[in-house]
Amino acid sequence: MKILVAVKRVIDYNVQIRVKEDGTGVVTDNVKMSTNPPDDNAIEEAVKIKEAGKATEVVAVTVGEEKAQETVRKALAVGADRGIHVKVDGILEPLAVSKILQKIVDKEKPDLVFMGKQAIDDDCNQTGQMLSALLNWPQATFASKIDVQDNKLEVTREIDEGLETIEINVPAIVTCDLRLNEPRYASLPNIMKAKKKPIEEIAASDLGVDVSPRLEQLKVEEPPKRKAGIKVANVAELVQKLKNEAKVI
Amino acid sequence: MAVLLIAEHNNKELRPFTLNAATAASQIDSDVHAVIIGQNSADAAKQLSELPLLKKVLSVEGAHYENFTAENFAPVIVKLAENYSHIVCSANTFGKNLMPRIAAHLDTSQVSDIIKVISPDTFLRPIYAGNAFATIKSNDAKKCITIRPTSFDPCESTGGSAPIEKVDASEEFSNTKFIKREEIKSDRPELGTARIVVSGGRGMQSGDNFKLITEIADKLGAAIGASRAAVDAGYISNDHQVGQTGKVVVPDLYIAVGISGAIQHLAGMKESKVIVAINKDGEAPIFSVADYGLEADLFEALPQFMEELNKLNTIQK
Repeated sequence: MKILVAVKRVIDYNVQIRVKEDGTGVVTDNVKMSTNPPDDNAIEEAVKIKEAGKATEVVAVTVGEEKAQETVRKALAVGADRGIHVKVDGILEPLAVSKILQKIVDKEKPDLVFMGKQAIDDDCNQTGQMLSALLNWPQATFASKIDVQDNKLEVTREIDEGLETIEINVPAIVTCDLRLNEPRYASLPNIMKAKKKPIEEIAASDLGVDVSPRLEQLKVEEPPKRKAGIKVANVAELVQKLKNEAKVI
Repeated sequence: MAVLLIAEHNNKELRPFTLNAATAASQIDSDVHAVIIGQNSADAAKQLSELPLLKKVLSVEGAHYENFTAENFAPVIVKLAENYSHIVCSANTFGKNLMPRIAAHLDTSQVSDIIKVISPDTFLRPIYAGNAFATIKSNDAKKCITIRPTSFDPCESTGGSAPIEKVDASEEFSNTKFIKREEIKSDRPELGTARIVVSGGRGMQSGDNFKLITEIADKLGAAIGASRAAVDAGYISNDHQVGQTGKVVVPDLYIAVGISGAIQHLAGMKESKVIVAINKDGEAPIFSVADYGLEADLFEALPQFMEELNKLNTIQK
């Protein structure tokens, strides 16, 4: 079984987001960037499946600007075999990314495509489902457990009501939840080794995909600030305030 | 053209967020139709037809719809979409799973998780876990929109009588098979919809100590939440997690106990109407979003809190 894993470069999850004063977006200059957290879980799961002898190859793919390649390099350092970097500048909508990934799937013919359930920058939660629609493949979103069987997977999904288990035939798409596994850290020797692993560079323009935006981002602003609250002296005062001032209990 | 709302239900009755999504749909256009897809879901369809703001209900039945698989739902809605300008549903796990599959088939760039309808083509949505708000204009002919349920009030649920029209089922998608659903049963309200949430963090120090929180939650009729730190430490199961990677909650009252207020956690609760923080570290970031802060040792404060609650004659539920 061959697994393709899609990874995205985003602002690191520990960075406090700052909105640009001109309202065109958020500050990204000199800001720490990392792999989108659930994409790390996707890579980890693919590598674990390969280590268990159930996959033959793990290919990491990213779509984005020059520096996005760092995320592929990181995937190689934790066990992916080779990488693909589809180069494109500017912001891409999930629909465009899924069309590009469709082309990569056509070329690579993987049995499974893994990715994080959501990117923590635009919070869209769309790409995996869209790719699965374009390919007419089954989708297992928000996966917290994956059991690989012969030509099928049993996947446990995190849903609002609890957990759901489905069985999907390969080829299939799985989007990964943070609870799926604990991503490993890359060891120094593996980081060195990863530098020798191949990364194929493809210009998005060569794929014949229309990636022009359909959405216009008119403005990005700070969310309204909460007005400063007060400190109460003791529990009795707190309960009185909740009862008589806020009227919530 | 009218707006098509996708109803969420369990085949017997509507799930509550359908009412919130209906409100959002009605803010896009007054002409709102709803589609309900299921198996033996006539009772839920009847209930849907009683929403006064709906003009029509489309009902689709089939054994392969019993478990709400997106691969089976999407083709039906894609076919219906030709008569509609917008497709709308909730941005919960049902809608998140389903809507992008519809949008891709329609070659539409979806607008996810909106918190406000500015005009029929322009919407406000949080990005970066709510640390910024983006105003987005969609230039697609058909728009696929998911709405954050807690940002829209539920609509009236009785008094209407929209006609129910049967629609033909689509073919079954055979490569996905439902196995089972394990719903977490609890006497307490669901975390996502509770009016009051009491949450514990790493400051609780152990799973046993969460009984201090449980006691208060029971008294208040509240749901129990937790920070990621408390979940990671194994004090409580992960379905209680509030935050960017857990659930986003917007209760009337959120009580954060022994939670420092990491960015991740604040993203999941800072839109709550009233926030209380109880923490012994007066510098903890949680106090910056709290309406009422109590700097105290939680192991003294929580039993006192319970005592004070017991003194009250009445408690709103």
